[in-house]
Amino acid sequence: MAADATSSPAAPTSALRRFFAGDVWHSFRSSPVAMLAAAITAVCLVCALFAEVVAPHNPFDLATLELMDSLKPPAWIEGGESKYLLGTDGQGRDILSALMYGTRISLLVGIASVILSILIGVSLGLLAGFVGGRMDALIMRICDVMLSFPSILVALMISGIGRSLYPHAPDMLAFVVLVLAISLTGWVQYARTVRGSTLVERNKEYVQAARVIGVGSLRIMRRHVLPNVLGPVLVLATIQIASAIITEATLSFLGVGVPPTSPSLGTLIRNGNDTLFSGEWWITAWPSLTLVLITLSVNLLGDWLRDALNPRLR
Amino acid sequence: MLVFILRRVVQAVVVMLSVAFIAFMLFQYVGDPVTNLLGQDATDEQRTALRKDLGLDQPFPAQFARFVVNAAQGEFGISLRQGRKVSALIVERFPATLELALVAGFIALGLGIPLGVYAALRRGKASAQVLMAGTLFGVSLPNFVIGIVLIWVFAVELKWLPSFGRGEVVAFGSWTTGLLTRDGLLHLILPAFTLSAFQLTLIMRLVRAEMLEVLRADYIRFARARGLTDRSVYFGHALKNTLVPVITITGLQLGSLIAFAIITEQVFQWPGMGFLFIQAVQFADIPVMAAYLCLISLIFVVINLGVDLLYFAVDPRLRVEGKSH
Repeated sequence: MAADATSSPAAPTSALRRFFAGDVWHSFRSSPVAMLAAAITAVCLVCALFAEVVAPHNPFDLATLELMDSLKPPAWIEGGESKYLLGTDGQGRDILSALMYGTRISLLVGIASVILSILIGVSLGLLAGFVGGRMDALIMRICDVMLSFPSILVALMISGIGRSLYPHAPDMLAFVVLVLAISLTGWVQYARTVRGSTLVERNKEYVQAARVIGVGSLRIMRRHVLPNVLGPVLVLATIQIASAIITEATLSFLGVGVPPTSPSLGTLIRNGNDTLFSGEWWITAWPSLTLVLITLSVNLLGDWLRDALNPRLR
Repeated sequence: MLVFILRRVVQAVVVMLSVAFIAFMLFQYVGDPVTNLLGQDATDEQRTALRKDLGLDQPFPAQFARFVVNAAQGEFGISLRQGRKVSALIVERFPATLELALVAGFIALGLGIPLGVYAALRRGKASAQVLMAGTLFGVSLPNFVIGIVLIWVFAVELKWLPSFGRGEVVAFGSWTTGLLTRDGLLHLILPAFTLSAFQLTLIMRLVRAEMLEVLRADYIRFARARGLTDRSVYFGHALKNTLVPVITITGLQLGSLIAFAIITEQVFQWPGMGFLFIQAVQFADIPVMAAYLCLISLIFVVINLGVDLLYFAVDPRLRVEGKSH
């Protein structure tokens, strides 16, 4: 936030020290589930971020692919090679490496959509709660309508419409459409949460004081109300990352997600699903397992964060 | 009271009109219908004649009105990919989806309620905790992963159940059903369980929470004091009172089942509406997409409106609030 950027240069170290001395860190250290989930998430993050360094092969470098090596089972099964720890797919790509690159794309799309939906949701929620009246009624009505449809359906519709508008879109545009489709369904939760807390904050003395000394509405909203309503947004964002990753994987599995040239976990599952019947279970099993592990640990982290930040539960 | 009903109906109509508008814009701006129908080589006269025929020379509001009237009669034109009337395609595919969603709903209710009751009565015991841990997977596993795992175990490894298509179906006029043949039923098992997984865990957790709540109520203590058997207390008194929210949620979830069927149908190559829709999205088949968009929105709007009005009938507090407005 803007407030952090303008604070004194000594702040980061003391903030860090305060964090480690504080309740949240203590609650983290005393929860084995949260630590395990954080460890898994961290491993996935590192593999995804440094895929070029960590991955044993480059699955997109066509020169290194050997058709002779296609459909190898995982290394510990008869016929597997230690070169390809988790086996290879139909084109001889190393599954472990493809997983790392795929995780990167899944996480990228998931996090980008969550950030975008926070931007949309928080602004609209703030506006609805602070301005009130007709603006509030309109925004909340839109939220009601959005909530009455399942999010995956809305995302499918938006993605479908985007695809039919630009049938031969370049890869970049396909990503934009996908992120838009996921975030346009995800903002409602933030808007409702932020509106609720804004309604409470609006009548507090500090807001009235700011108004009395002549601070403009926009500035009050941004500098005074916003920092005070962001707490629940953080918790919501953690849980929403998991559901954004699942939505992305589902769309990609259905073939309307990321472009085929940059396969995400969902695309890998889709590709592997075709060979499931001929007995090559590993092509689809590993990406599925990775997807489940990531979403489960992010969800568990979110649950833990919700409890840790809730003063009533302490 | 009238205000409340009227407001909800107006809201439903506004939603449907916005959906229709989106569908209409799709027709307007994606591809040129004249070129689609006549091909590239048509002369200018032919084009103008067809434009006039289709009403494309009329002003925008008139075209939209015309579209809405046609859509209300189920007329969405001809599928670009299959060359058949969209309404015929939908009518052909609808029974498969509805059957799948209904069977999944029954599985979710039939298993979810007893399991939820069990988890509530055995609270703290190992078996109940295992059950609750299992629901965590049902909630967090993506639907298509469940489907793939079921196919892998029951179709590929064990070879017990078929994993794609509807199998043998019996036709009654334009309605087809797989419920009457053994083959059709076998084909239904895996997709129906996959589709029901999420709802099943939802219902189970809901029933458990409601049961725990109700079991603490005074009338349960009185029922026990009267010396009624456990069975009669649990099922005659407690369960009956937990069912109202469960039934409401299930009603609301029927729409979600139809929507989530898109994913299940893709996994199991089930020839329903969702499968049709995904193919339409991949090939930018606008008429089919528009028709599906309108139909699924209609289903949701009708279900939501129905539930709202039912609440209104059931809950007197809403009536008071309605008057004060």
